[in-house]
Amino acid sequence: MTYLLAFLVGGLLCVAAQAAVDFLRWPPAYVMVLFVVLGAVLGGMGLYEPLVRFAGAGATVPLTGFGYSLVQGVKQEAVRTGWIGIFTGGLTATSMGVTVAVAAASLVALLFPPRD
Amino acid sequence: MTTFRFESRPSLLSMATVAGPDEAKGPLGEKFDQVVPDLWVGQKSWEQAEQELLARAGQTLLVKENLTAADVDLMVGGDLLDQLVTTHFASRTLDIPTFGMFSACATLTASLAVAAMAVDAGYGQKVLVTVASHHHAAERQYRYPVELGIQKPATAQWTATGAAAFLIGKGGPVVVREATPGRVVDYGVKDPFDMGGAMAPAARDTLLRHLQDTGRTVKDYDAIFTGDLAAVGSTLFRDLLKEEGVQVEGIHHDCGLILYDRSSQKAVQAGGSGAACSGLVTAAHIIPGLLSGEWRRVLLLATGALHSPTTYRQGESIPCIAHGVVLERAEAP
Amino acid sequence: MKLSPEAAQTYDQKRLAHHPPVPVARHFWRAFWVGGLISTVGQFFLSYFEKKGLMPDQAAIPTAAVLVVLGALLTGLGLYDRIASYGGMGAALPITGFANSMVAPAMEFRRDGWVMGVGARLFQVAGPVFVFGTLASLFVGSLWYLFYGGFTG
Repeated sequence: MTYLLAFLVGGLLCVAAQAAVDFLRWPPAYVMVLFVVLGAVLGGMGLYEPLVRFAGAGATVPLTGFGYSLVQGVKQEAVRTGWIGIFTGGLTATSMGVTVAVAAASLVALLFPPRD
Repeated sequence: MTTFRFESRPSLLSMATVAGPDEAKGPLGEKFDQVVPDLWVGQKSWEQAEQELLARAGQTLLVKENLTAADVDLMVGGDLLDQLVTTHFASRTLDIPTFGMFSACATLTASLAVAAMAVDAGYGQKVLVTVASHHHAAERQYRYPVELGIQKPATAQWTATGAAAFLIGKGGPVVVREATPGRVVDYGVKDPFDMGGAMAPAARDTLLRHLQDTGRTVKDYDAIFTGDLAAVGSTLFRDLLKEEGVQVEGIHHDCGLILYDRSSQKAVQAGGSGAACSGLVTAAHIIPGLLSGEWRRVLLLATGALHSPTTYRQGESIPCIAHGVVLERAEAP
Repeated sequence: MKLSPEAAQTYDQKRLAHHPPVPVARHFWRAFWVGGLISTVGQFFLSYFEKKGLMPDQAAIPTAAVLVVLGALLTGLGLYDRIASYGGMGAALPITGFANSMVAPAMEFRRDGWVMGVGARLFQVAGPVFVFGTLASLFVGSLWYLFYGGFTG
């Protein structure tokens, strides 16, 4: 059941992004930015958290989840440390993903040439 | 009157092509002089690979004709990369005096026209015309890194990988009879994934001016080849001409639709593009057709989109150009 | 010559009429199952980390990292661009696509050197996502702090 919900919600979020590309003719980069901002806004309003509890990875794996994590980190740090948390929380919560991405990108660039 | 007529009949003496692996899989695959197995061409970067393609095409032509660089008076050619690095860097090894030309994918006909002018005016006995493009080098410069996951729309076109070289002089079997330089035409198209749609009005503009200048109708041509309007641009081009009362159905062909088999080579989407697209098709399809007697007189209208990634980001539309060149079999009157 | 904006609009309609219709149903279906599948793989790791005793919010962090590594690997093997040309936003929107958007320029610009190539271009595509995500979290977080933070914190 958990897996089915993750599949459905994750899939539907991607369909929504595809709709933005196909109907609005937005370049993918704009759609990605839109979805991150959307995740952050919904997260700030407390509307994304129920979706995360409902669908697990289906809500956290698409980029909206990245925006949600940023805001969720801000909230948690702000509760813990006050206003300083507004500035430290977002990047703290997402630092592992970004750090791993930088490391993985460098390693892959070292090991693999681009293909045909 | 902007159509030049070359009275001394400058003509094509020889040609050579080097094609990439996807181009070799297309309908003209058997007809290229040389085919490279991958896009690296034994080099360390896409840019070097493109230079190697061009250098090989030039060398192949010189060897075919038993010429040395000193026998060639001038090289006129271009490519798609910034500062025409392909043409200029390859020219270091070819070692021929060089005029770099940029008209994006219309570079072939611009260069043929300039070469014919030079020969016609008597400034050169042998002038080398070159064009080259490389799919990955163009992607990197104009769009995204090649490994980036992007779903391209069906109107997108595929930059051809390859290089073509033509030697223009006197006494060859195919004559460069006339040239109509293009005007820059901008119909306000901003979609870089619809080059054909952006370029079609430029092709129409040059064709209509050419007909007016020469007093001919399209019936006077056995075939009219546009450079790389591809699927969308080709039908649009015919429609735009129909509005002017000019019917080119059956006479009009497009190099971008000839170079690949779109039914089996899905990745090319709407068809081919790139400076090498019209170059490869001219050398492997159009000239052989003229030599075999299939056609006597053809109009080659290479088309180019003149935008850059910077102008695109700054929200500018895509100015386009088409240069026309009339090629005739030598015995034609 | 440059067409007037009004005439350009008329031409644009003519041009778009020549476009083949976007195969929306096919695009949606592909985005759905590819995006769904990647999320399901993510759920597998999320459940695993939760079983290991991490809170759901915490478990999402190593899950993201694992998916980033998978996306990076598939990009290195030259597979992710193919998955994405099939799956569209189904491959681009998940965090594996975020990884792809960093690995692809890293591979491409490796030839330009580690500092001016890889270093300078790594965030060529992911940069906007990062910048606007950070700005949005700052803005939304500040509002949240103003309205609720004072009471709970």
